[in-house]
Amino acid sequence: MNILVCISQVPDTTTKVKFTDNNTRLDTTGIQWVINPWDELSLTRALELKDDASSGVAKVSVALVGPVSTEPTIRKALAIGADDAYRVDTEALDAYQVAAQLAEVVKAGSFDIILCGIESSDYNGSNVGGMLAEFLNYPSVSGISNLDVKDGQVQVSREIDGGKEMIALPTPFVGIVQKGIAKEPRIAAMRGIMMARKKPIQIVESAPVEPLSQTLAFEPPQPRPACNFIDPDNPEQLITLLQNEAKVI
Amino acid sequence: MSVLVYTENWNGKFKKLSFELASYASRLAEMLNMDPIAVSIGQVDRDELEKLAGYGIKKMIAIENDALKQFDTQTYTKVIADIASRESAKLLVLANNNAGKSLAPRLSVRLKAAVASGVGQLPEKLSPFVIKKRVFSGNALAGLELRTETKIITLAQNSFDLIEKPADMVIEKAEADLAGIAPKTSIKDVQIQTGKLLLSDAEIVVSGGRGMKSPDNWGPIEELAGLLNGATACSRPVSDEGWRPHEEHTGQTGKIIAPNLYFAIGISGATQHLAGISASKYIVAINNDKDAPIFEAAQYGIVGDATKVLPKLVEALRKAKSA
Repeated sequence: MNILVCISQVPDTTTKVKFTDNNTRLDTTGIQWVINPWDELSLTRALELKDDASSGVAKVSVALVGPVSTEPTIRKALAIGADDAYRVDTEALDAYQVAAQLAEVVKAGSFDIILCGIESSDYNGSNVGGMLAEFLNYPSVSGISNLDVKDGQVQVSREIDGGKEMIALPTPFVGIVQKGIAKEPRIAAMRGIMMARKKPIQIVESAPVEPLSQTLAFEPPQPRPACNFIDPDNPEQLITLLQNEAKVI
Repeated sequence: MSVLVYTENWNGKFKKLSFELASYASRLAEMLNMDPIAVSIGQVDRDELEKLAGYGIKKMIAIENDALKQFDTQTYTKVIADIASRESAKLLVLANNNAGKSLAPRLSVRLKAAVASGVGQLPEKLSPFVIKKRVFSGNALAGLELRTETKIITLAQNSFDLIEKPADMVIEKAEADLAGIAPKTSIKDVQIQTGKLLLSDAEIVVSGGRGMKSPDNWGPIEELAGLLNGATACSRPVSDEGWRPHEEHTGQTGKIIAPNLYFAIGISGATQHLAGISASKYIVAINNDKDAPIFEAAQYGIVGDATKVLPKLVEALRKAKSA
């Protein structure tokens, strides 16, 4: 059984984002790029499954849509333990265009499980996984916080109001991953980094797909009003404010 | 032409979010001079369906079918896409929750419709169609142009105020054409814990950080959540330490939530934490450091030792509730 993990690169989570060109583009000066956190969790779970002989998972690949400048991020995924990688050689323009490119990678390969993070920490779209599933006409489950594979049988679980539901589904499918699926992302060891240099990155020519949307400009969020400080010995006042001013309890 | 809103139900009932969706869709329909139509899937009583008429919905298409008892993204996508075509929907509105995040991208591909997700306001311009959405986990807003004739919007919960606008609503019972598309997913088991709410959908969230000092001090957090019918959450150090399950971690690498009210208790408010919770409508912070960044995000704050302030707050709330 083979797993493909779709990854994207995002600014490190401590980045103070800034914009350039009249606020139309992200200022990438000094940005440290990392694997999108939820994609990294997906990769971690895929590698955990590969380490478990009873899962039947033989190979873990990663795919990324982006220009050559994204290769250090792909190398990180390889250093963590992915076996090989695909890079679709084009700028990522919107979720639709990215998902369409990834669909071509899936069609050309032989994958049983495709994993995507629930969202990316840059555009927060939550769209690529579901779009990819629809392009492929594969079943999908969104927001999975567990993925088990035993002798080729797959079960995922997702949180619902009041608890969890366990869902069985046939391969191939797209699993859209939420926090909880794996504990901590793995850290690449020196051996992994050395080995990653020799692992193959297959460059895929992009398919001619136009994006459906375009980001025109960025702006800072509206500032929040100043905090109203309440005497710690008078919690009753907080309750009154929440009841009568904010009207939220 | 119409604006079609998918109003999910929870065991046959609508929630505040459903009325936010209806309010948003009717305002949008007004702007575009289209009909606001809702679609409901599953068993929902007539009285419950009627509630949406209070928020400007003109037509409710109600679909009941045993094959749709289980939420399967492929079958639901087919059903909603069929209704969208039949009703010449030019705009589809869904919630930016589990169901919306499952369906909107699939509908986008099926209808070749651009998506703006996690939106909190009406479009800025109609031609070209430009709408603002939060990006970089709340650190910026982006003006997004949707370039297709049919468009999809997912609305962030608690971002749009309810607009009461009674309308004469027609309820139409419709059949779903499910020929040849049996669901491929099947629910094997459901584990229900009484009193446990889905964190990402909760209206009130009570969250604890390292300032709670020990997992043994979580009693009052759970009590406060219980009294307010809210969900519990935590900051990353807390789940990393194993004090609380990873599912509870809210923040940039955990769950991104937008409740009506968020309590940050013993949480300093690092950028990564704020990224996960800054869309909350109201934030209450309790922290012993008056310069903690959480107070910049909060509307209400108490400076003090969380483990001492919290029990007093719980006690005061209990009294207020019983009064």
